[in-house]
Amino acid sequence: MSHDPQPVPPEAPRHPLGAPTARREGRAKVTGAARYAAEHAPPHRVHAWPVPATVARGRITSVDTTDALALPGVHAVLTHENAPRLEPPEDPAVAVLQGPAVPHRGWYVALAVADTLESARAAAEAVRLTYAAEEHDVTLTPDHPGLYLPKEVNGGYPGTRERGDFDAAYAGALVTVDATYTLTALHNHPMEPHAATAWWDGGHLTVHDSTQGSTKARDDLAALFGLDRRDVTVVSEHVGGGFGSKGTLRPQAVLAAMAARVTGRPVTLALPRREMPAVVGHRAPTVQRVRLGAGADGVLTALAHEVVTHTSTVKEFVEQAAVPARVMYTSPHSRTVHRVVALDVPSPSWMRAPGEAPGMYALESAMDELAVLLDLDPVELRLRNEPATEPDTGRPFSSRGLTRALREGADRFGWRPRDPRPGVRRDGDLLLGTGVAAATYPVLIFPSSAEAHAAPDGGFRVRINATDIGTGARTVLGQIAAEALGVPEERVRVEIGRSDLPDAFLAGGSSGTASWGWAVHKACRALREDLSNRQHPLPREGLAVAADTREEIAAGSPYARHAFGAHFAEVQVDTVTGEVRVRRMLGMFAAGRILNPRTARSQFIGGMAMGIGMALTEHSTMDPVVGGFTERDLASYHVPVCADVHTIEAHWLDEGDPHLNPMGSKGIGEIGIVGAAAAVGNAVHHALGVRLRTLPLTPDAVLPHLP
Amino acid sequence: MKPFAYLRPDTVDEAVRARAAHPGAAFLGGGTNLVDLMKLGACAPDLLIDVGRLPLDRIEELPDGGLRIGATVRNSDLAAAPVVQERYPVLSQALLAGASGQLRNAATTGGNLLQRTRCAYFQDVSTPCNKREPGSGCPAVEGVHRDLAVLGHSAHCVATHPSDLAVALAALDAAVEATGPDGARTVPVTALHRLPGEHPERDTVLEPGELITAVRLPPPPPLAHGRYRKARDRASYAFALVSVAALLEVRDGVVHHAALAYGGLAHRPWRATAAEEALRGAPATADTFGRAADAELSAARPLRDNGFKVPLARRLTVSVLGALAARHR
Repeated sequence: MSHDPQPVPPEAPRHPLGAPTARREGRAKVTGAARYAAEHAPPHRVHAWPVPATVARGRITSVDTTDALALPGVHAVLTHENAPRLEPPEDPAVAVLQGPAVPHRGWYVALAVADTLESARAAAEAVRLTYAAEEHDVTLTPDHPGLYLPKEVNGGYPGTRERGDFDAAYAGALVTVDATYTLTALHNHPMEPHAATAWWDGGHLTVHDSTQGSTKARDDLAALFGLDRRDVTVVSEHVGGGFGSKGTLRPQAVLAAMAARVTGRPVTLALPRREMPAVVGHRAPTVQRVRLGAGADGVLTALAHEVVTHTSTVKEFVEQAAVPARVMYTSPHSRTVHRVVALDVPSPSWMRAPGEAPGMYALESAMDELAVLLDLDPVELRLRNEPATEPDTGRPFSSRGLTRALREGADRFGWRPRDPRPGVRRDGDLLLGTGVAAATYPVLIFPSSAEAHAAPDGGFRVRINATDIGTGARTVLGQIAAEALGVPEERVRVEIGRSDLPDAFLAGGSSGTASWGWAVHKACRALREDLSNRQHPLPREGLAVAADTREEIAAGSPYARHAFGAHFAEVQVDTVTGEVRVRRMLGMFAAGRILNPRTARSQFIGGMAMGIGMALTEHSTMDPVVGGFTERDLASYHVPVCADVHTIEAHWLDEGDPHLNPMGSKGIGEIGIVGAAAAVGNAVHHALGVRLRTLPLTPDAVLPHLP
Repeated sequence: MKPFAYLRPDTVDEAVRARAAHPGAAFLGGGTNLVDLMKLGACAPDLLIDVGRLPLDRIEELPDGGLRIGATVRNSDLAAAPVVQERYPVLSQALLAGASGQLRNAATTGGNLLQRTRCAYFQDVSTPCNKREPGSGCPAVEGVHRDLAVLGHSAHCVATHPSDLAVALAALDAAVEATGPDGARTVPVTALHRLPGEHPERDTVLEPGELITAVRLPPPPPLAHGRYRKARDRASYAFALVSVAALLEVRDGVVHHAALAYGGLAHRPWRATAAEEALRGAPATADTFGRAADAELSAARPLRDNGFKVPLARRLTVSVLGALAARHR
């Protein structure tokens, strides 16, 4: 029995797949010709500006829009009293303006619509709302009485898994680590804020939306407004980043569509940057306790990863931070548990590598602690804990390149010789250190459909509702099509980013290229077959072939399929100020076949830079007094800037895995951030000689531990 | 954001007259802070008087060996001016430690000094703030205040002044020239910014309607070395957790002249007179520098979450003075 997809036949030319093809829309983007959601200006378009709630919990007791409506150019003010009623949504976070309840600070309570952006903003500020505020609880503590065990965590994984007898194995272990790691909330902050331009044409709703998936956005909007999905078109031709926060329908699309219905005009709404942390999701804060038990050889006998996190009262979203511990290492006795409490906070959601990014920070820091205890090289410790099969399922790995990634990464980085003693390398006032951490991310793949078309002039066209959120998806799909068709890439036009194209999964879970590419490959192969069997010239309208991958995906795989990687970092700790900077960083990835080295490198180093932010600079405070996030602009929420990212390199193994998809690729959008913060944190320990277990490592955190 | 009128006068007199005639007006320099605050609703002038293009964009060398910097000289131009780099390196370093290249290209000398605190509550009109709305309260005292003041704050306000430039100017004994309806006057930079006391709504001693036209620098102490150092959360585009501007002259191993100012600690750039007192005539050793910092910082009253600023300021002081002293050896 084999569920494996057919690999690319050997006769196919290696070019163009695997070539560093430049982005197809690169010129349009750098010249400003590319249009983003808020830049579509149909005739008579008006602008909207939202009003966020100013209490952290309570009810709206009165609404007065008189002053707002009296301002010049104002068309409407929507509140829960007059906004169109929506069908109950799958995601309660988009049920905006449907009732007086305020579940968290920043929840949208009104929307002003006016001729200009400025008038809309003035009107929004003139809306008078009163609230009956209730006492709020926004503070996550590891012993919060409201903590409970969720059945499932994000990704559909079970909340709790037990294998063997952890307690006994841990009690009997020769060497143990018991450490707790604490991460603040983190925010996605894509460069393009969440924005939408919507209009109604009779009963048909069209929305230009900044989303990671317009098929799903269309289906969700249709459900909310009680429409047939054929009566909704969602377009997302260019999207300026998402990092997960645009993976689900967001309030901008719903509010713009409501406002367009009420005013009869096209409406543009771009969410203000400062309001994004409250309404577009965030990475939930976590408190993670990791316990490792090992023998003198460093081989793990017991592993427990217990995660405490928060969700909102709006919906349950549980960051699956303990899940990677089910994949990574030999662990005959294992316990992985999530506990969550619903607080009066904004709803957390997906942020680049949900689960893996925070979870691998904790697990890979604990592995480093174990290596130090055993006086064992941390690369060697990981090599000794390579499992023969996936620990949690016993399934064989389709491929597992961690050993090679660690070894080759160590060679390229110059890991050895390494003096393991912490706190001894000096460069003037600076203490220097190096750190390593492993990375993993699952291979996810979802059904998609595509159409391939041949024109009589020798040109080809591929149509699929994929989304390019800056990753290079459009370009790589062109390469996949060209290879499957056996034609030069220039002869293939790629149409993506519209919900009236063949349905496809969203750009999330690092699944895009695999999911879309498979459908594109299948359609192109079938078209090529049809063309080769054809006796007559093509008709004027050409020849189109449609394909979808439902069957192939439903067949599943008997293999455990994951990408792996290894991060190496060198840091400096300023002994005067406690400032930590990354001097150089190297990532070595085992992610199947790399289809475009140019766009892949960008994904890898982008993830690594985001990991530097997670380790060192990105700090979010949940204000216990007013009950909202404090750092809400790019001046105070410190994503790393160029000066924080010095030498950064990404490399990859040439990994052949026949059990993935016809291209042989694994997803690469997220693995770059996984483990990156741990490598930096481990390097800080090596430099400083003190283990700091709360991120980010800003000067105030480091200062008390300086020599 | 409420509608506002815009005026671009050609002369200082015209600007000052326009301001006097419109109590709700505000002067606009580079706009890098004021425009943000208008968008946030934290400031709502009904008239903007754009002084950013007044003919005050020259850097003049004065007969006494000092420098007169026009109020509209852009931060990036000032930082790059050879006379500044050569004779007042601490000033150039402070400027380059601030903001980002784009912001420095727009920000003016006068505007930089008059920028407002970045306290989150001041910027969020849905929360109380005594500086924005006198008498409404200060949530920062109990709330989020890691970045806020440890020196000179009051029960009414714990904000810090965000400027790097002002810290260097305080150490350099600079003075601002201001023109108002009642004529021109000169105010030492160290006396320009106020402590919050009971009136945190007033950042400076300037009267409403007074316009900064220039900053005047005395000649640099001839044998002193200067340095600006800033500790921050990320390597660029971040406000100071603590910064220090220092000038030091050592003769025969003894401190002959010292000037020291801190940023990030208080509602104003903090000229460390107690530290200077302890330095003068003392041996130029790490011990002395530490004692000098202690003399200044013993007055600190940290809040729950910003106590780290005190040891950070001390370490910066010892390090910067030590490096400057080493240059005299």
